[in-house]
Amino acid sequence: MNKFIVSPSPHAYTGESVPKLMYGVIISLLPALAVSVYYFGIGMIIVTTVSVASAILFEYLIQRYMMKVKPTHLDGSALLTGLLLAFCLPTNIPFWMVMIGALAAVGIGKMTFGGLGNNIFNPALVGRVFLFISFPVAMTAWPEPGQWMQYTDAVTGATPLGLMKEGLAVKTVGEIMPEIPSFLHLLIGKTMGSAGEVSALALLIGMLYMMYRKIISWHIPLTILGTVLVFTGILWLANPDRFADPLFHLLTGGLMLGAIYMATDYVTSPMTGRGMILYGVGIGIVTVLIRVFGAYPEGVQFAILIFNGFTPLINKFVKPKRFGKEVKHG
Amino acid sequence: MSLKTFSRGGVHPPEYKLSAGKTIVELPPPEVAVIPLSQHLGVPAKVLVNRGDQVKVGQMIAQAAGFVSTNIHSSVSGKVLKVDLFMDSSGYRKMAVQIQVEGDQWLETIDRSDDLVRNSVLPAEDIRKKILEAGIVGMGGATFPSHVKLTVPQGKTAEYLIINGVECEPYLTADHSLMMERTEELFSGIQLMMKGLGVEKAIIGIENNKPDAIEKMKQVVQGSSVTVQGLKVKYPQGGEKQLVQALLKREVPSGGLPIDVGVVVFNVGTALAVYDAVMKNRPLIDRVVTVTGKSLEKPSNFIVRIGTPISSLVEKAGGVPDDTAKVINGGPMMGKALPTLDIPIVKGSSGILLINKNEARRREVKPCIRCSKCVTVCPMGLEPYLLMTLSEKALYERMEPEKVMDCIECGSCSYTCPSSRPLLDYIRMGKAEVGKIMRARKAV
Repeated sequence: MNKFIVSPSPHAYTGESVPKLMYGVIISLLPALAVSVYYFGIGMIIVTTVSVASAILFEYLIQRYMMKVKPTHLDGSALLTGLLLAFCLPTNIPFWMVMIGALAAVGIGKMTFGGLGNNIFNPALVGRVFLFISFPVAMTAWPEPGQWMQYTDAVTGATPLGLMKEGLAVKTVGEIMPEIPSFLHLLIGKTMGSAGEVSALALLIGMLYMMYRKIISWHIPLTILGTVLVFTGILWLANPDRFADPLFHLLTGGLMLGAIYMATDYVTSPMTGRGMILYGVGIGIVTVLIRVFGAYPEGVQFAILIFNGFTPLINKFVKPKRFGKEVKHG
Repeated sequence: MSLKTFSRGGVHPPEYKLSAGKTIVELPPPEVAVIPLSQHLGVPAKVLVNRGDQVKVGQMIAQAAGFVSTNIHSSVSGKVLKVDLFMDSSGYRKMAVQIQVEGDQWLETIDRSDDLVRNSVLPAEDIRKKILEAGIVGMGGATFPSHVKLTVPQGKTAEYLIINGVECEPYLTADHSLMMERTEELFSGIQLMMKGLGVEKAIIGIENNKPDAIEKMKQVVQGSSVTVQGLKVKYPQGGEKQLVQALLKREVPSGGLPIDVGVVVFNVGTALAVYDAVMKNRPLIDRVVTVTGKSLEKPSNFIVRIGTPISSLVEKAGGVPDDTAKVINGGPMMGKALPTLDIPIVKGSSGILLINKNEARRREVKPCIRCSKCVTVCPMGLEPYLLMTLSEKALYERMEPEKVMDCIECGSCSYTCPSSRPLLDYIRMGKAEVGKIMRARKAV
C-alpha cells in the first residue's frame, strides 16, 4: 500500500523565504554601495567589510555559545544589519569602533530580545546610536568625497545639515546655501555624510526595486518623505530666511536611508497599512522637529527608534479593515 | 470588457490547469461502490436499505434526517453487501452503504437520453421539491444542501442568483469543462434555480483564465436576464463572500450569509445537477472530477459514479506516479490530504491531485519576522500572525474579538508566509476552541 503524507491545507507555498527577502534588500542596496565606494574608496570598503563580518561573527558566537541554539548567521539578516550599520557610519571611523557598533547592534539590538523577529528596535540604528553616544567626535567627522586611498587620515568637513544648523545661529538660509553642495551633487551623493546615505538617487532606485519585488510597500517610505516635505514646506513658506526649503531636507542627511531602509525593517515596523502610515507620519514629524528645533543637526535615527517603540501599541490599536460589518443574530 | 475582482487581500498561485480543454470522459461503474451516508454538511442521512437488498441506479438508499440533510441515491445497480463504517475523504471511518455492482439497471423514471429539455412548466415549489428529492448539495466542495439555500428565510429577500464558475483553485478544471461541454443544460439549470428562488437576475462569475468558457456562456445567455462577468484571476475569488463582493460590491456581514445582502450563490456543477433533477428526473448519482498532478501521465476530467474508489480514477489517468507523496481531495489550497486511495468519490469531490515528493513536504518553520504579508493577503481583513500567536498560547477568549470566526480557511496566509509558519493550522485550532466557548455561552 502507498504511504502518503497527510497534513492540513494549504498544500502549496510561494517559495518565498527569509533569506530571499533579506538578499532582495541587500541587492537593492548595491547602487548606494557602489556610489559610496566611488566617493569614499578604501574607507568605505574597510568599514563595510568589518561591519558585515563582525555582525555575522557576533551573531554566530552569541547563538552558538550563549543562547546555545542553531546559528542563523547566514540567513542574510546579520549581513543586512552589518551593511546598514556601515551605511550610517562615517567612512574614516577606526575599524575597532565599527566592531563595537556591530556588537551593540547584533548583541544588544537583536539577540537580547531573542533574535530575529523579536527585537523592538532596529538593530543597525541601535549600533549607530551606541557609537554616536560613545564616540561623538569620531562619529561627527565626515570625509570629503573623492579621497580614494585615505582611510582614518581623510580630510574631513561638515555635512550639509551640520552647516545649516551652525550657520543659522548667525546667518540666514540664503547666506548659508552657497556653502552647501548643489542639489545635483546631493542627489548623486557628492557630499559629506555617512557612508551609504549620501546618494538620494541610488537609495530611491533601491526603493523602487524593493517595491517592484514586493519586499516593501509604499506606505512607510512615502509617508515619511511626504510628511517631511509638507512640514518643512510649511516652515519654509512661513519664513524662508530661518527655515531651509523642503528639497534641502529631503536630499540631505540620513532621511532617505532612514525612510527607505531603517524605518521599513519588518520586525520593528507596524503590520497594517494604516498603522504604517501613522508610524511614517510620526517619524516625519519628529525628524523635522529634531532637525529644525533640536540640538542635533539630524534627527531621523532618533525618530525611527522612538516610533519603533510605539510599534507594538500601533499594532494593538490599528486593525486592518475587517470584511463585512457585524450583524446581530436573534 | 472590464474585469472585476474582490477588494481585500488575495494571492495568485501558479495555475497549473493541466487538464484544461480535456474532454470529459465517462468512466464505467465500479465493481464495488461505497456510498457514504454523510456527503453533505449537516446531519447524516438515515439508511433505508439492508444487507442483501437489490438496488437500482437512482434508487434512494438513505433519507434526509432533517432539514439540513440530504437524500442519498444508489449510483449503481446490484446487491447491498453491508452497511458499515468505511473511511471517507475526512480520513475518518463513517457509515456507508457498500454495493456489489451487477449490470447497470436504472430506475425507469429517469430520462437517460441526451435530449435537451428547455422549458419547464413546474411551479417554484415543485422545483424546490425535486431538488430536495434528488439529494443535491453544493458541488463546489462545501456540500451544503441546495434545497436549504433555495428556501429563503422569513424576512429576507433574494434579489440575485450568483453562479460560481470561478474555479480559483489551481489545477482543477471540472467546472471549466462543464461550462464548455454542458453549456445549454447549465443555462437551463440556472433558469430553474432562478424560478425556484424567485429572482429576476442572475450573474455567472468566471475568472479570466477561462476566456473560452466566458465566451461560450455569453452566447448561450444572450437575450435572457442572466449575465456573464469576467473576473481578474485572484485566489480565493471562489469563496462566496469574495465572489459576491467582486460582482456586486456588497459585503456579506460578519457571521452572516449571502442572503443577508440579497444573494444566493451556487456552483456551476450544482446548476447542472438541478437541470438533471428537474428536467430528467435524475438524482445526484455522478459528478465530474478532475484527476491531475504534475507527474501524472494523463491529467483528465472524468464523469464518475458517486462511490467509485479514487484508486480506479487514478488508474484511468495513467496510474500513481512513483514520485507521488501526497494525494489531495480537491485543490492544493483548500483540499484535504488523503491517507489512502481506497476512498470513494462523493458529491463534493471536485478533483484528485497527486503531489510529488519535492512539493509534498512542508518546509522548516522559522520565526515570524513580522513582514505583514499574511495581513496583506488575508481576504477577510484579519491578522493571521496575531491569531496564530494567540492560539499557540491558548488565549482563545482573545481570539473572538479579533474575528477569528470570520476566517474562511482559504490558506492564503500559510501559502504566503516566508517563514513557513503553519498559520492556518493554529487558526483552525483556535476556531474550534472559540466555537466551543460560543456554544457554551449560548447554552447558559
